[in-house]
Amino acid sequence: MTFKSSGVGRFLEVMAVLVGALIVWEIAVRIWMPKPFILPAPSLIWSEFASSPGYFLAQTGYTLGTTMGGFLLALLLGFISAVGIVYSRLLERTFYTLLVALNSVPKVALAPLFVIWMGTGVEPKIAIALTIAIFATVIDTVLGLRSVDPELLSLARSARASEWQVLLRIRLPSALPSMFAGMKLAISLALVGAIVGEFVAGNTGLGQVILQAQGMFQTARMFVAIIVLGILGTVLFYGLEALERWLLPWHVSQRGQIMQHGA
Amino acid sequence: MPPSLQSQSAVDPQHPDIDIRQGRKVFASERGDVEALADIDLQVRRGEFLSVVGPSGCGKSTLLKCVAGLERLTSGSLQVRGEAVREAPLGLGMVFQRDLLLDWRTVIENVLLIAQFRGLDMGKARVRALELLHLFGLEDFVDRYPWELSGGMRQRASICRALVDDPALLLMDEPFGALDAMTRDQLNVELQRIWEDSGKTVLFITHGIAEAVFLSDRVAVMSRNPGRIMKMIDIDLPRPRNLSIRDSTQFTHYTGQIRDVFLSLGILKNH
Repeated sequence: MTFKSSGVGRFLEVMAVLVGALIVWEIAVRIWMPKPFILPAPSLIWSEFASSPGYFLAQTGYTLGTTMGGFLLALLLGFISAVGIVYSRLLERTFYTLLVALNSVPKVALAPLFVIWMGTGVEPKIAIALTIAIFATVIDTVLGLRSVDPELLSLARSARASEWQVLLRIRLPSALPSMFAGMKLAISLALVGAIVGEFVAGNTGLGQVILQAQGMFQTARMFVAIIVLGILGTVLFYGLEALERWLLPWHVSQRGQIMQHGA
Repeated sequence: MPPSLQSQSAVDPQHPDIDIRQGRKVFASERGDVEALADIDLQVRRGEFLSVVGPSGCGKSTLLKCVAGLERLTSGSLQVRGEAVREAPLGLGMVFQRDLLLDWRTVIENVLLIAQFRGLDMGKARVRALELLHLFGLEDFVDRYPWELSGGMRQRASICRALVDDPALLLMDEPFGALDAMTRDQLNVELQRIWEDSGKTVLFITHGIAEAVFLSDRVAVMSRNPGRIMKMIDIDLPRPRNLSIRDSTQFTHYTGQIRDVFLSLGILKNH
């Protein structure tokens, strides 16, 4: 039983469960026949999507762009801040303290404010995605950079390694697993931020599709957007997991693996 | 054999490699100061293999950290090759109880870590690293990752890492303490083989009496609370030593001497 085949097996299992749920849904709708604007059947949702796939794809692309913009900025700024926080007591006491305090504010509440500051274009949406996502990247990167084995630092000091070498060769690689945990959280949060941003302003993106469809009781259309969002979130999450597996084989293969050789 | 050590020639050969006088170390704690080391007078000669043996908590690891420049003595003087220790002395190799191999690096990349820190010529360092890995029987594991190795092989790799820049001074902090008895014996033999004729000065910390006698030219016996050197014993056994020497009366005479110190201090009890 290798790692890869069990991964494929798990994927097939998840797909089977999802397809099963759709079939139950379809049958239930056909038996009890609720009004389509209350609960449309999967087949109706599919034909709604098939009627204008180009439109949905364009809206998805917009939301994806906003999400990735927010996520990548959160990653970059989060990383720089984390390194600063780990190396500077002042930054730790000021910036990090502020950040942790702000984390308890529901960031969604800031969305209307960002619209006033930045207008109704893509900027406030990216800003909200960034604001929601950055906490995860900063906190997990700080955690990762700090969780270095102190004896490893002693080893480096005994060889007179520079602080830069320690950061590059020891701290950063040891922080990567923790950073990936933060990134997987951040990408989901960035998607939430993008949708909230689209709710409060503008007329593009899957958030707007949902809002506009609601106004016209086009429930099937809302479901298309919701399902696409579900797929988007899943793909982004597992994309990061695949990237982690590729970049950190040493970490992934260590989970639950034991030594194989004798002395 | 490992290359010779030209780096030493500039230093006065009469001067001990490690010279500690009236060394004292005090740690501040919530319940007042704790004296970890007291009255430490220790001279380790060039090329000598000196073990410090003592119970846990006797400050022997602290002593080693001071020599490595990782801790400062509270008072007293500490010189390594004629220079007062303020940071890690140059030409120093360290081996810890845990191998501290980096999971994301292969065995050879781990060995080369110290070479990178020291800014050595990586081509030459690589040749040396391969030579060392070969000496320790790791030639088939050069490109493996640490998690693919047994505990004994991992510790061998960490010794290679300490030796990669050919240090004149090797500090070992209970390097075999976490290994099973058989692997530990094997590594004692291998370490002795590598050390002989290398000219390296070794300060070896252990709580194993037999291990200390087997490896060393001299053994410093320490007590605890505070850590003091109670006795210094010359081990006058022919080299190279093989494992069966442990059954000889000379050998057991030495181990008995050390055990008697611990018995008289109440660190070991007969009943």
